Amino acid sequence: MPKDSSIKKVLVIGSGPIIIGQAAEFDYAGTQACRSLKEEGVTVVLVNSNPATIMTDKDIADMVYIEPLTVKVLEQIILKEKPDSILPTLGGQAGLNLGMELAESGFLEKHGVRLIGTTAQTIFKAEDRQAFKDTMEKIGEPCAASTVVHNVEDGIAFTNTIGYPVVLRPAYTLGGSGGGIAHNEQELVDILSNGLRLSRVGEVLVERCIAGWKEIEYEVMRDSNGNCITVCNMENIDPVGVHTGDSIVVAPSQTLGDKEYQMLRSSALNIINELGITGGCNVQYALKPDSFEYCVIEVNPRVSRSSALASKATGYPIAKVAAKIALGYTLDEIKNAITGKTYASFEPALDYCVVKIPRLPFDKFIQAKRTLTTQMKATGEVMSICDNFEGALMKALRSLEQHVDSLMSYDFSDIPDDELEDALRRVDDRRIFVIAEAIRRGTSYDEINRITKIDNWFIDKLAILVEMEETLKTQPLTKELLAEAKRIEFPDKVIAELTKKSEEEIHNLRRKYGIMAAFKMVDTCAAEFAATTPYYYSVFGSVNEAALTNDRKKVLVLGSGPIRIGQGIEFDYCSVHSTWAFSKEGFETIIVNNNPETVSTDFDIADKLYFEPLTAEDVQNIVDIEKPDGAVVQFGGQTAIKLTESLLKMGVPIFGTSAENVDAAEDRELFDKILEECCIPRPQGHTVFTAKEAKAAAAELGYPVLVRPSYVLGGQGMQIAISDNDIDEFIGIINRIAQEHPILVDKYLVGKEIEVDAVCDGEDVLIPGIMEHIERAGVHSGDSISVYPAQSLSEKTQRVIVEYTRRLAKSLHVVGLINIQFIVCDEEVYVIEVNPRSSRTVPYISKVTGIPIVKLATKVIIGNTIKGMGYTPGLQPKADYIAVKMPVFSFEKLRGADINLGPEMKSTGEVLGIAKNFDEALYKAFLGAGINLPKHRQMIITVKDSDKLDVVDIGRRFEALGYKIYATKSTAKVLNENGVHAVKTNKIEQESPNLMDLILGHKIDLVIDTPSQGNDRSHDGFLIRRNAIETGVNVFTSLDTANALLSSLENAAERTLTLVDIATVKNV
Amino acid sequence: MKAFLILEDGNVFEGISIGSQREVISEIVFNTSMTGYLEVLTDPSYAGQAVTMTYPLIGNYGVCYEDMESLKPWPDGFIVRELSRMPSNFRSENSIQNFLEKNDIPGIARIDTRALTKILREKGTMNGMITTDECYNLDEIIPKIKNYTTGKVVEKVTCSSKYTLEGQSEKGLIKKVALIDLGAKKNIARSLNARGCEVTVFPALTSADEIIQYNPDGIMLSNGPGDPKECTAIIAEIEKLYNTDIPIFAICLGHQLMALATGGDTHKMKYGHRGGNHPVKDLRTNKVYISSQNHGYVVDIDKIDSSVAEASFVNVNDGTIEGLTYTNKNIFTVQFHPEACPGPQDSAFLFDEFIKMMEVSR
Repeated sequence: MPKDSSIKKVLVIGSGPIIIGQAAEFDYAGTQACRSLKEEGVTVVLVNSNPATIMTDKDIADMVYIEPLTVKVLEQIILKEKPDSILPTLGGQAGLNLGMELAESGFLEKHGVRLIGTTAQTIFKAEDRQAFKDTMEKIGEPCAASTVVHNVEDGIAFTNTIGYPVVLRPAYTLGGSGGGIAHNEQELVDILSNGLRLSRVGEVLVERCIAGWKEIEYEVMRDSNGNCITVCNMENIDPVGVHTGDSIVVAPSQTLGDKEYQMLRSSALNIINELGITGGCNVQYALKPDSFEYCVIEVNPRVSRSSALASKATGYPIAKVAAKIALGYTLDEIKNAITGKTYASFEPALDYCVVKIPRLPFDKFIQAKRTLTTQMKATGEVMSICDNFEGALMKALRSLEQHVDSLMSYDFSDIPDDELEDALRRVDDRRIFVIAEAIRRGTSYDEINRITKIDNWFIDKLAILVEMEETLKTQPLTKELLAEAKRIEFPDKVIAELTKKSEEEIHNLRRKYGIMAAFKMVDTCAAEFAATTPYYYSVFGSVNEAALTNDRKKVLVLGSGPIRIGQGIEFDYCSVHSTWAFSKEGFETIIVNNNPETVSTDFDIADKLYFEPLTAEDVQNIVDIEKPDGAVVQFGGQTAIKLTESLLKMGVPIFGTSAENVDAAEDRELFDKILEECCIPRPQGHTVFTAKEAKAAAAELGYPVLVRPSYVLGGQGMQIAISDNDIDEFIGIINRIAQEHPILVDKYLVGKEIEVDAVCDGEDVLIPGIMEHIERAGVHSGDSISVYPAQSLSEKTQRVIVEYTRRLAKSLHVVGLINIQFIVCDEEVYVIEVNPRSSRTVPYISKVTGIPIVKLATKVIIGNTIKGMGYTPGLQPKADYIAVKMPVFSFEKLRGADINLGPEMKSTGEVLGIAKNFDEALYKAFLGAGINLPKHRQMIITVKDSDKLDVVDIGRRFEALGYKIYATKSTAKVLNENGVHAVKTNKIEQESPNLMDLILGHKIDLVIDTPSQGNDRSHDGFLIRRNAIETGVNVFTSLDTANALLSSLENAAERTLTLVDIATVKNV
Repeated sequence: MKAFLILEDGNVFEGISIGSQREVISEIVFNTSMTGYLEVLTDPSYAGQAVTMTYPLIGNYGVCYEDMESLKPWPDGFIVRELSRMPSNFRSENSIQNFLEKNDIPGIARIDTRALTKILREKGTMNGMITTDECYNLDEIIPKIKNYTTGKVVEKVTCSSKYTLEGQSEKGLIKKVALIDLGAKKNIARSLNARGCEVTVFPALTSADEIIQYNPDGIMLSNGPGDPKECTAIIAEIEKLYNTDIPIFAICLGHQLMALATGGDTHKMKYGHRGGNHPVKDLRTNKVYISSQNHGYVVDIDKIDSSVAEASFVNVNDGTIEGLTYTNKNIFTVQFHPEACPGPQDSAFLFDEFIKMMEVSR
């Protein structure tokens, strides 16, 4: 069937901020789909609240609305833009839910707009638990015994008929939010009541527990003619019980025979046909390890994290094809872009093995429970490709950038033998290291399998890696042994450690023996057809396929690896834009990255894609073959910056700011010298290595002080210390990982935090705008609400900031981007941090000012000047709009994590509010972040002593908005004494009714809880915050945030939102 | 032990020996299926060939004897990237290593199967030798390798005498089918049995008369190995069957032989279709099915006389003929494998169509 010509203008719904369970994969899918739609001449209207995405660029869509993703906003956009169709299957669960709500309310029908891709009825059949079960029953596809409940009592009654344990799955939530396994009635009540609250429709599925079965997924495509194919299947190494997003996953399945493979494949086709899906769909199965019995776990009638993974694992562009199908094309009409010969109506054949490992945030949330359950906790993931499983696993491990490069990286040798079984039973992110330890101690495969339910095939593969460790330790390093160690991807560094040689010796030995990495192509067809798309992965012991090209100048663009807190999608935005800019300037572009969720690893972004770990050795392999003219590291976050030195050693010039100058910004002494030369003040501070030195420094500076390691991202390990005890603790935490660089101890200043991104050509500096943080210094910039243009700075202060920026950029000889953070304290401007690279705020400031910063920076790197590109150096005129960037957190997914904001970053994503005036922009940002008040008009306030006076005004204003205020004893006293009515409430450890009862009563809109400075160890405060978050109550830990919310609420009543099409924002 | 794969163009791959250490010369082909290595090994259509698996990890789930598509493995050799040392599956009864050894099939592992596949793709299917002799002399052996032909392999793989397989279906026995065994995979008979057919399997060289005397409701021509044009005697009998009114369904070699019996022609493809991901389009409905395939020869599309037959399926990738419907006859034939095993079961409905055809023609 050819294209449906009645589709002319399509509204694409994005997925909103990055949160756990909904990450960059939707930017990848959405960007690919928008490009695919535009290629067909369709006008694309895009809405997404997330400014860090590539899909919200005016190059990707025709009209771009970075607006809150609410039904109301969407209705407004539909009325304004009058699209004929909506494509809701690209924006994850968030997008799908919005599409459904619009359809269910009759709004779409009334305005003659239709859902394309998948109908509302299909979405309902796949998403509604009961409807899904009925559908599966009708076509004879087995599901685990289950029932849908709307209250706890029914849940208990049903479970009593099928027995514990049971799995609980709330309907319409992301990443399995609020789900879990209940082993007894108490757990059932806890999880179920939480799940009912989180579900959009107050529905939870109670299901027979099939934990321990194999978890298998199929990615399926179907067109309107009923043609179906499976793109790929995947096997979770962790059996059912761990969310697939938190599992180590391998593609294709490894332990399924053809009978099992085809049985599930046929089932998946059967399901997609019955649901009538047109587009992509993900089907998850539980397969009993000792029979052919299987259960359908769930179906996602949309692109997903798994479909992004399947696309990257096979080269089959699911989102692109899904978009074409939505327009009416059938699979046999859509060309396979990789081979250019075959069509989308075929199934990829892999001749390699793919391993995905989740990136879990426990390095950021050291208090959070590491246990992996059916609720997803990972913020991102890495993927690796190799021609053997062991190698793929080893490559994936080192791609994580978590100081892990082998199965020895976590040492469990101190676990007593009698505790090993318990350790194996613990399902967390380090379990494979425990299994490796068990193998080292001679535990049998069957025993490990009995405890972990992980298939013996995988255990054997781990054993092969463990055996290699032992062999390298004890046997002479022959050519054959070295070749075998490299075949299973032992890094030179690990081989060196095991053989007591230096890394360089191993490297030279390899050269001598000719044991070099070869690159193979991902071609969708196992070499059956010639492919033209240079998408490569490395292997050892094979023939190299990567064609040497040298007709154009070649640039290596280093990506930013897995999405993690502190290094998110924004760096992918920068990498991709830089790649495009280089390409436009005539360069051949080569991207190296290992994140399957991102746009940068789409096969048609750069001229060549190397899907590889971002370590020096892996990059060297590529450099050996490609011999690039230079590399650019300033767009790939800390991941890329860390490779600078190694690249120089390999003889690869760094394009842009030189390595010495990058160093100067990070090296405290060099940096101090530069500040001195520039006559720029900074908070006093010292560099130290030990706790003793730190305490001496603190004594001299006076508490509070800021303690942090150098060379980190996202303020990792940064803390505000108010006592010697704090210092001991923080230094202890920092030194758990061996530090190559000193620790910094600085005087902590309370002031306004200001941020500037600038482009420098070595001579002139272009500053698109000055951003001001709402929260005072002390809250990490990534967790602060950021406002452009700065609202409260005097002309003079602005001039000082511009001047300091100019001086710093020049004396650091910045060529490209620089990001500077300032504190303004009593009209005095201090510099607190300088990053001579792209930053988190680059996409946002680019979009609101209309100045394409990454493109300009890239052109500067190539040799253009700011003036030469037609820009006047200095601070650019303010744009017509005010934009507020608001952080978004995923705290409710991370049991045990403290949500208290501080110098260490904790947010996972961000939204933008943009409007002509500040209040509206702020209101939109809060709305986009999901803070939609008032509801019950009741709140709790409990603040530390130093905030007690400031809180009075806040209390008064909330009271004026009709809020009933509950407060703990001393806070209540202050409020009441100052004429604000507050109900005194017992603390948690006191008798009922207390704060906990209030929170669990589901009648509280907001908790304002400011923990005392330093590492707040008050268990009470922690419990209040955790419980509030887990019950879905908003919690602010900074009065500044509360103030901002107030000003947005105070004018909310008469507000109708104005829509801003970002594509029309021009820099004046 | 070291092993070598020597191609007739002089390319040599060094790996390690698996299975038998016997030296063998054969035609080297590749299969892109990611699962189903045992079904591949026991598919009689591979007689006279050595098969390369493009998926690098083979033997992961061991050997489940009930999955065998015939009584023994047929390829002359087995070429893989890596054999799993640890088969793991609840049904696994043996390792692939033991299975190859027990059946005296030589093989080679740890070679760059992707590089090999690319050579076969670029230069076309060619002959090769698997040997463990390190002192091979290329000048001596390459002429020997080049000389190899698969020959009349159908006679090697067909059954020696006829036998009957009872059907089992809820509806009871409904049809009697004569299956001409040209190297049939078990699942053809099983698919018919499951639909209530009693299947009598006849040796390939059974005369048309004997089959007609059996008085079947339908005749099934199976898959099989080798060059269809070598099967002159069988083609002559098939021509006689064509001239009866008995419904006929043919798969793969059977499909080619029917074309040859009715004035069509076949030719050898550059490197064939072997795998489980080939899209075929049903020209009646324009629907595309993913099919299991294993063939090196194909019916010529331009030599089809439309008064005799018309294309019913074509390959979406390369446009080759994948199925024929015979004009004014109850005969339809397909190049691909609706019996799957290994591979997708999407086209199993063709067996239902055969049943229906037998019902209608009665």
